[in-house]
Amino acid sequence: MGLAKRIIPCLDVTDGRVVKGVNFLELRDAGDPVEIAKRYDDQGADELTFLDITASSDNRGLILHIIEQVASQVFIPLTVGGGVREVEDVRRLLNAGADKVSINTTAVLNPQMVADAASRFGSQCIVVAIDAKKVENQPFEWEVFTHGGRKATGLDAVEWAKKMVGLGAGELLVTSMDRDGTKIGFNNPLNKAISDAVAVPIIASGGVGNLQHLVDGVKLGGADAVLAASIFHYGEYTVKQAKEYMAQHGIEVRL
Amino acid sequence: MSKIDIAVVDYGMGNLRSVSQALEHVAPSKVVVVTSNPEDVASAERVVFPGQGAMPDCIRELDTRGLREAVLQAAQNKPFLGICIGLQMLFEHSEEGDAKGLGLFKGEVKRFAAKDMIDSHGEKLKVPHMGWNQVYQATSGQSQLHALWQGIESGERFYYVHSYYVKPADEGITSGYSEYPYRFTSAIAADNLFAVQFHPEKSANAGLQLLSNFVSWAP
Repeated sequence: MGLAKRIIPCLDVTDGRVVKGVNFLELRDAGDPVEIAKRYDDQGADELTFLDITASSDNRGLILHIIEQVASQVFIPLTVGGGVREVEDVRRLLNAGADKVSINTTAVLNPQMVADAASRFGSQCIVVAIDAKKVENQPFEWEVFTHGGRKATGLDAVEWAKKMVGLGAGELLVTSMDRDGTKIGFNNPLNKAISDAVAVPIIASGGVGNLQHLVDGVKLGGADAVLAASIFHYGEYTVKQAKEYMAQHGIEVRL
Repeated sequence: MSKIDIAVVDYGMGNLRSVSQALEHVAPSKVVVVTSNPEDVASAERVVFPGQGAMPDCIRELDTRGLREAVLQAAQNKPFLGICIGLQMLFEHSEEGDAKGLGLFKGEVKRFAAKDMIDSHGEKLKVPHMGWNQVYQATSGQSQLHALWQGIESGERFYYVHSYYVKPADEGITSGYSEYPYRFTSAIAADNLFAVQFHPEKSANAGLQLLSNFVSWAP
């Protein structure tokens, strides 16, 4: 027995509140962040990821309060992403109680920021989020996109992953923009290509609709951790059920 | 100044809030102070020595703040808990940046050799070793279960994030070990000192139990 594969519920935060998206249009208050975090912790979540989707930069600091509250009562690793632009943003989030900070668009606009943050705080707390989409018009298969999947970068996702690890990323959060929200499963070939190309752990994200998708993410996609939102938020499955299912399929999990 | 029950040694390498919050959670009546003042470390009843980042930087920052002596003293005369780099720094030498450690224990801090590491399914293992791994309690060299393992099953999972591990010259100080894929020392015990490679402050109930055991430990 050895290291367990991790299950990470992802919570969206806007204007300081945890919300559930319904087709990205209607955002409903999902309840108290501490209660939600505690519930996932009780179910056996291995980590929690908070994604700040606040539109206005004025209100972006509000996530700090959520992280402070959660970190004082939930003792599992917390990752925070969304709107992280400067090394100073990383510092603020870590001081609020985040264990890892996920950097996405800024990594593309200013790769040096990843290096600076990693050398200042250690690679263990720097996650680079890669949003990738399958493309036909490029000499490679998957392209990196930014701004929530709207902006093409011309970068090969696999090469980009290697570059980010070279600059100090300690973990990669790989989201398939083709799969996100589809519930048809992770993009396993993409995840596998990146997982094989780098030495650091990979979190698979985007597309989970059922528990077999989590198993496939590990077995076919080579993921070290699987991230999911909707299957847990809407009570379709508990984290515990997901872990039991994975264990039945020969995957080592923390039960 | 009020008496300090637990001093968490702060040498400027990252966020120690999660450590202090977890201690406050298990010991609400205790005075927990995050401090870079050697006098606080000297006067506290118990000392927690955490660490994250690169060991050469940690040692340098420790010295910059004049904390080396106070930490070495505490490690030899009061309940002392090292966490992560706080375990690694207690040894003589680390492969990370070819750094000299505090030298309290003989032995090396070594890097996981990523290229040779394959799990039982033939998948390559990642470095850093990140996530929840099982910790087996060692009894060799100790006559009975260590007080810090009370209420924790051998094989319980704790949260790790590290690329280096300690290799004590004296295996008798190993109080816990994990496998990745080879067996490595993940906890050491010697008199008033206990130190762990994993993060009890991030290891849910098992970690809180260990911290609670530390707070009431009378070595």
